[in-house]
Amino acid sequence: MSTATRQSTTGAAGLGTPGGVEVRLEGLRRSFGEVAALNGLDLTIGPGELVALLGPSGCGKTTALRVLAGLERADAGTVVVGGRDLARVPAHRRGMGMVFQAYSLLPHLDALDNVAFGLRLRGVSAAERRRRAGEALELVGLSAQAHRFAPQMSGGQQQRVALARALAVEPSVLLLDEPFSALDAKVREQLREEVRRIQREVGTTTLLVTHDQEEALSVADRVGVVRAGRLEQVAAPQELYRRPATPFVAEFVGQVNRVACEVGAGGAEVLGRRLPLLPGSTTTSGPGTALLRPEDIEVAPEAGGSSGGAPGGAGARGTVVQLVFLGAATRAVVQLDGGGEPLVVHLAARTGEHTAPGARVVVRAAQVPVLVR
Amino acid sequence: MSRQPTGTDKGTSKGAGPRTAVVVRWVVLGVAAAAALVPLLAMLDFSTRTPTGGRSGGAWSSLTTDPDLSAAILVSLQLALLTAVVVVALLLPTMLLVALRLPWARQPLELVCLLPLAVPAVVVVVGVAPVYAWVVYLLGGSPLNLVFVYAVLSLPYAHRALAAGLGGLDLRTLVEAARSLGARWPDVVLKVVLPNLTGAVASTVVLVVAVVLGEFTVASLLGYDTLPVAINLVGKRDAELSVAASLASLLLAFVLLLGLSLLPVGRRRRAAPAAAVLSPTPAAPPGTGAPS
Ligand SMILES: Nc1ncnc2c1ncn2[C@@H]1O[C@H](COP(=O)(O)OP(=O)(O)OP(=O)(O)O)[C@@H](O)[C@H]1O
Ligand SMILES: [Mg+2]
Repeated sequence: MSTATRQSTTGAAGLGTPGGVEVRLEGLRRSFGEVAALNGLDLTIGPGELVALLGPSGCGKTTALRVLAGLERADAGTVVVGGRDLARVPAHRRGMGMVFQAYSLLPHLDALDNVAFGLRLRGVSAAERRRRAGEALELVGLSAQAHRFAPQMSGGQQQRVALARALAVEPSVLLLDEPFSALDAKVREQLREEVRRIQREVGTTTLLVTHDQEEALSVADRVGVVRAGRLEQVAAPQELYRRPATPFVAEFVGQVNRVACEVGAGGAEVLGRRLPLLPGSTTTSGPGTALLRPEDIEVAPEAGGSSGGAPGGAGARGTVVQLVFLGAATRAVVQLDGGGEPLVVHLAARTGEHTAPGARVVVRAAQVPVLVR
Repeated sequence: MSRQPTGTDKGTSKGAGPRTAVVVRWVVLGVAAAAALVPLLAMLDFSTRTPTGGRSGGAWSSLTTDPDLSAAILVSLQLALLTAVVVVALLLPTMLLVALRLPWARQPLELVCLLPLAVPAVVVVVGVAPVYAWVVYLLGGSPLNLVFVYAVLSLPYAHRALAAGLGGLDLRTLVEAARSLGARWPDVVLKVVLPNLTGAVASTVVLVVAVVLGEFTVASLLGYDTLPVAINLVGKRDAELSVAASLASLLLAFVLLLGLSLLPVGRRRRAAPAAAVLSPTPAAPPGTGAPS
């Protein structure tokens, strides 16, 4: 990027490549002995997009990121960035910015020199280096800490410096491996917002690895769910949550109730309603288990015996066994009369206030497509 | 030096007031200082005595004029520096490689490096003598040939010092961060690892120099005239001169140590790791062990 273009931009002072580049991972495989850390992982990240990889511990998220960075070799598969196959490009020439889970500031350099380190390696002149490192520090709000060494900064500050350092080299791709997992919830949330803001501002294609689903859902343009070394589904957060492609995704992202149901020609018979099946359903006829979100279950007090609950037909009857007040809503656990796993449901604030443990209720599925396994 | 911790422990563990603690501290310091200084002062006293009971600086002035001695001093200094360079140049990259790429080799390497401690010098000579026949045949008879044995003999100390320095770093993360920022391997070693190991490398150098300046057995048995060997020889004809030489080499090592510990480590940073590793050095006082 030329100096002229950089000076023409405002705000982030031209850090990063406007628009970003496309990243394609194709059929990545990597085994450590018997363990297949990556087992045919495919992922495409659009230019300037922020994709989060979400998955249980040990599913291969970090390995995927390290293969992209060139810090780990793949047994098979290709890494293509900006149309270029990186198979023969070593880590130090990939031009990617990376923030690690572990604190990684160079102990012998202060914050400013740490941020300037990548520029120094690129032979940027001292004055230019200081200016650009200063800008990057300003971007993460740490100009005042420029001359502090790592032990003199909090964990959150160190990770911000690490972020500034990764951004200062104007990386083609930004790689974040659980950068905030060592920080407390409040700081984590704040930094998460900040990363999002900066990433939008700079427009760098970004891959974020996390096992915090709230982080993934709130920050990413798209979220990829990884399971045993391959991508189970990659989709926008709402889509992932509302239309999970597989039972694994439904159960891993957010909360689900497992409800016994009967699948027939017109859909699944669940809690007194016939619901259309989502494409990823593994049971398409006969008895199955429907995966229902708590907010997709309607709850009404049991009417004096005869009428059978809410208008439109019968639901299932049950007893409230536990109530947890959450402020705006109340979470209730309902044990159905027919037995089975207790259901977790959400009550609107008003309803919650008038419900007590032991209350008799009728529950019914909302009219939404459902995944059945 | 080794008495110090017990002394202070006693002072504080009884819940004694701060004043008692201070007194105990000074007493301990005084005893330690006396233990270290009295022999040195005695050496100074002896080396400046004349047979008739007067004082003379004669032994000290012939330190530089005695041809055997001055040649030996030069040889030992060259050997010390050469060995230090060789050991650091060999061991540091090896330890980095092991730490980053061959983690299974860490323990075997440590074991191998500690071996020279377990083998008596005399045995080393017996084993090394045939090898040296070849070394002399190929490289000539320069006493600098000793650098090979000395490198081996200083491995235990060098390994300890470097391992302590490396242990204080999250090497893998630092290296990977640097690599992703565009550092080639030479950059990684020169701009990431070394700057964070200045303390450890400095103490390695001090330890190696101390080992080399103090080594007598191997040099003597292989027939090379290093400083300790020369001091021993001189001592047979001129005791004052030999003691003066011992004291001088001790002072030299001390000045070296002081200089290295005052080195600005990582600019404004706390030099804690460096100081910690430097402390064992006085346990190997050069030039004193063998002669007189
Ligand atoms: N260097 C290695 N040597 C041996 N096994 C490894 C190595 N790196 C990763 N693995 C294994 O590969 C699998 C995937 O590891 P990876 O670090 O990618 O998981 P992850 O999804 O990042 O997990 P986490 O959320 O716990 O960080 C794990 O079973 C792990 O034990
Ligand atoms: Mg990981």
